[in-house]
Amino acid sequence: MEVPILLDFEKKKLGSLHAKLKILYAKREKREKDYQTIKKLETKLQSKAAVIYKKLSCWQRTQVARHSSRPYTSDYIQHIFKDFIEIHGDRLYKDDRSILAGLAVFNGRSVVVVGHQKGRNTQENIEFNFGMPNPEGYRKALRLFKLADKFSMPIITFIDTPGAYPGIGAEKRGQASAIATNLQQMFSIKVPIIAIVIGEGGSGGALALSVADHIHMLENSVYSVISPESCASILWRDASYKKEAAEALKNDAKTAFRFGIVDSIIEEVPGGAHRDSMLTAKHVGEAIEKSLKTLSRKSVATLLAERIEKFAKVGEFL
Amino acid sequence: MQNNIDSPDGQNNNDYESWLDRPKYTNVKTLEDRTETRIPQGTWVKCENCLSQLSIEQLEKNSYVCLKCDEHLTISTDKWISLLSDKNSFKELFSQIKTSDPLEFKTAGNSYKDKISLLQKKLQVDEAVKVGRATLNDIPILLSVMEFSFIGGSMGSVVGERIFLAMKMAADKKIPFISVARSGGARMHEGILSLMQMAKTSAGTSMLSKAGSPFISIITQPTMGGVTASFASLGDIIIAEPRTQIGFAGPRVIQEAVKQKLPKNFQSAESLLENGFLDMIVSRNNLKQTLSQIINILKN
Repeated sequence: MEVPILLDFEKKKLGSLHAKLKILYAKREKREKDYQTIKKLETKLQSKAAVIYKKLSCWQRTQVARHSSRPYTSDYIQHIFKDFIEIHGDRLYKDDRSILAGLAVFNGRSVVVVGHQKGRNTQENIEFNFGMPNPEGYRKALRLFKLADKFSMPIITFIDTPGAYPGIGAEKRGQASAIATNLQQMFSIKVPIIAIVIGEGGSGGALALSVADHIHMLENSVYSVISPESCASILWRDASYKKEAAEALKNDAKTAFRFGIVDSIIEEVPGGAHRDSMLTAKHVGEAIEKSLKTLSRKSVATLLAERIEKFAKVGEFL
Repeated sequence: MQNNIDSPDGQNNNDYESWLDRPKYTNVKTLEDRTETRIPQGTWVKCENCLSQLSIEQLEKNSYVCLKCDEHLTISTDKWISLLSDKNSFKELFSQIKTSDPLEFKTAGNSYKDKISLLQKKLQVDEAVKVGRATLNDIPILLSVMEFSFIGGSMGSVVGERIFLAMKMAADKKIPFISVARSGGARMHEGILSLMQMAKTSAGTSMLSKAGSPFISIITQPTMGGVTASFASLGDIIIAEPRTQIGFAGPRVIQEAVKQKLPKNFQSAESLLENGFLDMIVSRNNLKQTLSQIINILKN
């Protein structure tokens, strides 16, 4: 057992419980009494966390969405899918490791899975480029979408990225063009597409995997046009106004749901998805299953028309 | 997604060997300041680049391209419309769709709502895009022109909706759709709704494709972020004006991320052409003729 890092807003109420649990978890030879204490403390922690998590601000949710122990694409693949086979490369230039893609079986059905992949430590983060794709990542994703189309396999995507990588090479190799191409081409993919925002839905880099028939969002994930930090540095001219920017942007799941962008919000356990990855994965699996059932019944023509309609109706004006 | 463009007097320019080597986009002021750079009323105008005094009459004849240095001066949406469409042929569409403030967006002391009404009064422009029907050398087209002076030409719900509806109409009528882009990207003040306009306008391009309506995307100074990463990069033919800055992330953001000097002509139309992301760079003087030539060949 491991104790996840506490976020600043959790420290005051959960700090002492955490410290006690940490000691008990680390104890080599646990006695019956220790297990009982652990159980008791865990229950107590959960009820305290529930109180805090009942009302999180948009900035606090952003922190939870970025938590270093939060389940990533690879965790969901492990928990929900069978026989995952990773597929590499865009067949043009490179294999972008910030996007994990492959074939898998979901509840007995062949599917294609594509998602942003973050790392848990420095070495992994270098490997996965902090989940920030270069153009090759989007091209690899599109290659897989077309493969899914060819073999009539539904597509499931996991969204978790700070955004597309702002690099010199990325620009030279057509970052904007790669994202735009995915946005356009995904409207012509003749199989159901289901997207789940599991952590950070960072701008165009997230959108390029989320032109889907159904979009689900985990309760404490965020989805926005710009990160709170970047928004603050432009509109407040100071990145330290990130909290204010997050509230102004309203980057939470509720807002996305209110505007009809997201189809459902998947509940997390009190204290965030990272406190129970298995249970969170189970809920995500159920949402996918439900969507698949609905979408599989639709004809290709209906599916494509409704996908366009879903995005065509998003917008608020007088 | 919206990117601030480095200011002309910023220290970032010191990295270039001389001011002659500076890419042209460093002449662009920040998004907020840009409102002041429209062509003023009067007989004489100073070129934004070489500072030559040019007469309005001369400029008018030369499509507002500097006669001395070939700088393509910033022109208003209406000037663009008269440049590309036949005389009095433009009929504006979907102007009844007006900006709201869905997030009740506020920064310290500033509300989005106030900003909108202030700009509408000051600029006599209601949003960052104008769309309509027109003819181009007698060819019926749907035309969309963005307005940079309106919150950096940023794309929010109204911009997305107007462009999408115009694309849909072009697809229904099976006529060409021509877009003039200039934008800092998606509009922050409408949050996720702005992000979704990228998908929405891309859906529009997919409808144009299916209908067989040619889509010609003209990219002008500057076009960045969510607009480059959506419909502007999806034209059947993509044309840019000379020396236009075109990119996804802003130069300052990239410089901060990679901690190294940006190459010469980085994100310039010329380098995009070299890297294979543009079909051609066309001088504003030849643009209308080039467009009608392309459309006639495609529709023949």
